[in-house]
Amino acid sequence: MSSSPPDFLVHDEKDAVGVVVVENIEAGQRLSGWIMDADKTIDVTVNHAIPLGHKFALRAINNGDSVLKYGENIGHAVADIATGDHVHVHNLKTSKW
Amino acid sequence: MSELTFFGYRRENNRVGIRNHVVILPLDDLSNAACEAVANNIKGTLALPHHYGRLQFGEDLELHFRTLIGTGANPNVAAVVVIGIEPGWTARVVDGIAKTGKPVQGFAIEQHGDIETIASASRVAKDFLQAASEARREECPISDLWVSHKCGESDTTSGMGANPTVGNFIDKTDAIGVTNCFGETSEITGAEHLCRERAINKEVGDKWFATWEAYMNEVIEPNKTSDLSESQPTKGNIEGGLTTIEEKAMGNLQKIGKHARYIDVLAPAETPNKGAGLYYMDTSSAAAECVTLQAAGGFAVHIFPTGQGNIIGNPIEPVIKVTANPRTVRTMGEHVDLDVSGLLRREMNLDQAGDALIDMVIRTCNGRLTAAEALGHREFVMTKLYRSA
Repeated sequence: MSSSPPDFLVHDEKDAVGVVVVENIEAGQRLSGWIMDADKTIDVTVNHAIPLGHKFALRAINNGDSVLKYGENIGHAVADIATGDHVHVHNLKTSKW
Repeated sequence: MSELTFFGYRRENNRVGIRNHVVILPLDDLSNAACEAVANNIKGTLALPHHYGRLQFGEDLELHFRTLIGTGANPNVAAVVVIGIEPGWTARVVDGIAKTGKPVQGFAIEQHGDIETIASASRVAKDFLQAASEARREECPISDLWVSHKCGESDTTSGMGANPTVGNFIDKTDAIGVTNCFGETSEITGAEHLCRERAINKEVGDKWFATWEAYMNEVIEPNKTSDLSESQPTKGNIEGGLTTIEEKAMGNLQKIGKHARYIDVLAPAETPNKGAGLYYMDTSSAAAECVTLQAAGGFAVHIFPTGQGNIIGNPIEPVIKVTANPRTVRTMGEHVDLDVSGLLRREMNLDQAGDALIDMVIRTCNGRLTAAEALGHREFVMTKLYRSA
């Protein structure tokens, strides 16, 4: 279906984060991604080593902003996040319990 | 698709099972030793030890009975020997299972002691086992199949690969009359607005929302001491890249696909009675508790998508593991029945993954042992609602 496998996937074009789907991604690597719902490809350079399954920012996110994945709100940023930064429990919190 | 068939055991009540167990079922914790002794005497029978059954009351007691009766009534079970400390509650379980028409007999330990009880129960268990060994599989339409679903040790690959594969399975099999079931009430938090909309009508959606809200208000809110980090999402979820309950819920809900709508909301361990379709069951999100309740609801085979590699099995309901995480396939391959990691590499599409899952389910129904069965995983865990009297 595709010539080279993607390094990361994005659920929805509105999403602020992508998910790394390969192992051993290091800081500074330029990654190629596939936006699933829109069937488009994008490239982003990551600022940190990102483990398989972990997220990084596709664009800058301000402290307090809602973060979209699946096109839905999955919580809010608790720090300013730059494009390419690792996004996880240190900078993203639930807005539920 | 609708001409799909599988080979199963048609029971007295017309339900179809895919395994042929003779179960030695304890009413209570005290009767575990006798049940295990009977299962040791009569090779090929299956004891289901558990921790509860004494001094429970109210809804918690009703759930205890519903779970035990439902477990014995499951069509994967050919016959049941029930052992309890006293005859009253033992008879209640026996009578509940007997409504299916399958062979069942109860034994009480008081005034007999373990040794005499074990001897008497072993004789009956032997007869049940030999009779069950003569049951033959017959070809059944796919609409005779009841399938439950629950994911575990999820990570972000669950929401991208394994759970959408299950969703594709549910969309395809719902359309041809299979009865499917999902649950995990706390884990829908963050996607509750989407789940509510997937009901067949407003009344059922409202019933679902009330169930979710009750779990929040009666279980989570009064007992929580933090934001539930490391519990929901679990430590393993977080290791796998999931950050918040909302993110986990969105991934979880991929399991019900894009089109199927649930037609009713079941209490824990309740048996569906509105005909073929997709059902929601109010369950914990802990794997063994949830699958035990779904098995007690009458489901014959379970589909369990995982990311980081949950290894759960169930003694009476075969559990099929599906993962899209290539590292889990590499490091824990012995637990994986279906590898859909090709979805993440764009080597396969969702339609192909869903078809591969249908094929694996039918092979499992026809007798293929799951990884969890081969590895001896038999987690039977009763849900307890509150402390005993």
